[in-house]
Amino acid sequence: MSVALDHVTRMVDGVATIRDVSLTLERGALSVLLGPTLSGKTSIMRLLAGLDKPAEGRVLVDGKDVTGFDVRKRSVAMVYQQFINYPSLTVYENIASPLRVQGKLRAEIETRVRDAAKLLKLEPYLDRTPLQLSGGQQQRTAIARALVKGADLVLLDEPLANLDYKLREELRTELPRIFEASGAIFVYATTEPSEALLLGGRTVCMWEGEALQAGETPKVYRHPDTMRVAQVFSDPPLNVVGIEKTGNAVRYEAGMEAAASGLYAALPDGAYRVGFRAHQLELANGHVGRHVFPAEVTVTEITGSESFVHIKRAQADWVAVLEGVHEFLPGETIEVALDPGDVFVFDTGGRLVAAPGAA
Amino acid sequence: MARIDLVDLAHSYAGNDADPESFALKPISMTWRQGGAYALLGPSGCGKTTLLNLISGIVTPSRGKILFDGVDVTSFSTRKRNISQVFQFPVIYDTMTVGQNLAFPLKNRGVAGPEIAARVAEIAELLDLTPYLDRKATRLTADAKQKISLGRGLVRSDVAAVLFDEPLTVIDPELKWELRSKLKALHRALDLTMIYVTHDQTEALTFADTVVVMHDGRVVQSGTPEELFDKPAHTFVGYFIGSPGMNIVPAEVRGREARIGGHVIALSRGYDKLPAGAAIEVGVRPEFVSVAPPAPGLLAANIERIDDLGRVRFARVRVGDAKLAARVPPGFSIPDSSAGLVFDAARVHVYADSRLVEGVL
Repeated sequence: MSVALDHVTRMVDGVATIRDVSLTLERGALSVLLGPTLSGKTSIMRLLAGLDKPAEGRVLVDGKDVTGFDVRKRSVAMVYQQFINYPSLTVYENIASPLRVQGKLRAEIETRVRDAAKLLKLEPYLDRTPLQLSGGQQQRTAIARALVKGADLVLLDEPLANLDYKLREELRTELPRIFEASGAIFVYATTEPSEALLLGGRTVCMWEGEALQAGETPKVYRHPDTMRVAQVFSDPPLNVVGIEKTGNAVRYEAGMEAAASGLYAALPDGAYRVGFRAHQLELANGHVGRHVFPAEVTVTEITGSESFVHIKRAQADWVAVLEGVHEFLPGETIEVALDPGDVFVFDTGGRLVAAPGAA
Repeated sequence: MARIDLVDLAHSYAGNDADPESFALKPISMTWRQGGAYALLGPSGCGKTTLLNLISGIVTPSRGKILFDGVDVTSFSTRKRNISQVFQFPVIYDTMTVGQNLAFPLKNRGVAGPEIAARVAEIAELLDLTPYLDRKATRLTADAKQKISLGRGLVRSDVAAVLFDEPLTVIDPELKWELRSKLKALHRALDLTMIYVTHDQTEALTFADTVVVMHDGRVVQSGTPEELFDKPAHTFVGYFIGSPGMNIVPAEVRGREARIGGHVIALSRGYDKLPAGAAIEVGVRPEFVSVAPPAPGLLAANIERIDDLGRVRFARVRVGDAKLAARVPPGFSIPDSSAGLVFDAARVHVYADSRLVEGVL
């Protein structure tokens, strides 16, 4: 089965919250909706679920137009950021509830609840009520209920956002395995690039109600069509600088001439925007072929294994992530280096012109 | 600004007579220096919020004392303790301007007008709020409101301490970077004692000079981010700090050798006096184990999955019953699922009943 949005626009109070979005979601695949708050992730889910109707465009299931259909006729399960369970029911009954509504036989309910509980490591807690569980266990209960329903489409709206960091890490590594085992269409909304990378599958980058780019997650990460996609898919934020290429030389914004090496070599003369992630900057310790920038340290954050160095170069704020502990003081000037073969080059309109590796 | 001493401090919500093992906070004694930046880090239920509430005076401890600059404040109200607090959700007055919001804690304490103006200007400048001082606070975005909350928490220079309770939880990732670095800069500029509660290791490690890791009502380690990363004092710290956490594997340790499933790994320190009968494990962070083609002399492992985190790849491998994470070197391609593991001997630690054992060089 497949679910598709075909040129869908949604209006709220005369404002387009979703603009001309076309997406196709196939069975057995996980699709991540990645974007900041208010970029349209939840709106897309509500349209897919049939909770909202588009102002324009169609919602298709297996190619059939279901745009006007009642949500109850669609096979959909949803998990929200704020986990929702029935507080008076046991974990077992919480998971079983959609099956009871469907009027399934006792033996089938038993099997399916046990299977889901096993998958989500909830077996020891089946007799407890949700309030006797940790947040992570409560959310796993909500996910188990969504799975057991056997819905064709499972929508997860930032399901891990309210959980502890370590629990998030564990569930993130478990979820792809669970998705694979169930065979439904999964849609997972998140604001965090690292979560999209860990989940894998396909990623749709959302920005201000538009689906900017969709594709296999590592490919969207390594080959963003536009600077906006690279920005949505970078944490720490993408570093950006303007360049002007003339012949064999490039001139970086606010002065700094360098050889037009690396990806710059093949560019036609003209103005471009260069974007690079925090780990693409390094300290200028005499590396050959790098472009070196003096920059002023504003703050250094040390995690123990890495240092996030916030720097100011001309008027721009950059972040460099360096391996190990580097204690730079605010106001100190350091030299950072960039490999001109390892950057994204965009035209002045923000379209990708060159990226490392093959397309 | 104050030095804070916790003396045999403990708390049970069930009263002083409750079973000591059930205490939400088991007895701790610590000193936090004036002007320091501290983070209380741990999973939900570890006791960090209880500890914060004891310091702020919202909760009165079952046992022990709290001293601010040597003065016993255990029986003092929150107001009398003279602390300021920033919460998870913004606390601001919608009807006031941004400037009035920032000035409010000072006005409340009867600070003179010119002094208020100077301090509000200073804080607004540090938080990039100067252009918004005359704007009503009502129509601002959630993160702008949280910035004002931070400003209100930091505006008084006479407070004993500023307490932050998960202040960045509701903020989008990109703005978290900005607010975190602002907070760090503010700490440097203002010389205030700051205590920051979070379950997010990145926030704790990047904000604090000293991170206090809590687990099951106890402080399991208090140290710099570097110490917590390099030398976890407890396997819980190894697991909780770092992403993925430390690999912890049962082993037989003798002298300068650890034996895992019949395979010998060299250690850079000697362990001759391990406690008898203790459960012995070795701990090594995924950053210091890498996968290589299988070879004699390497611990054989089965690769189950590769996590591509963008700038680094980790292999999830299985060695017997144990699961480990190991770094995949750049450009390394995996022919099939069998691999060998290369350990950085100096980074392998030994634990007895979950506690770090100091080896002899």
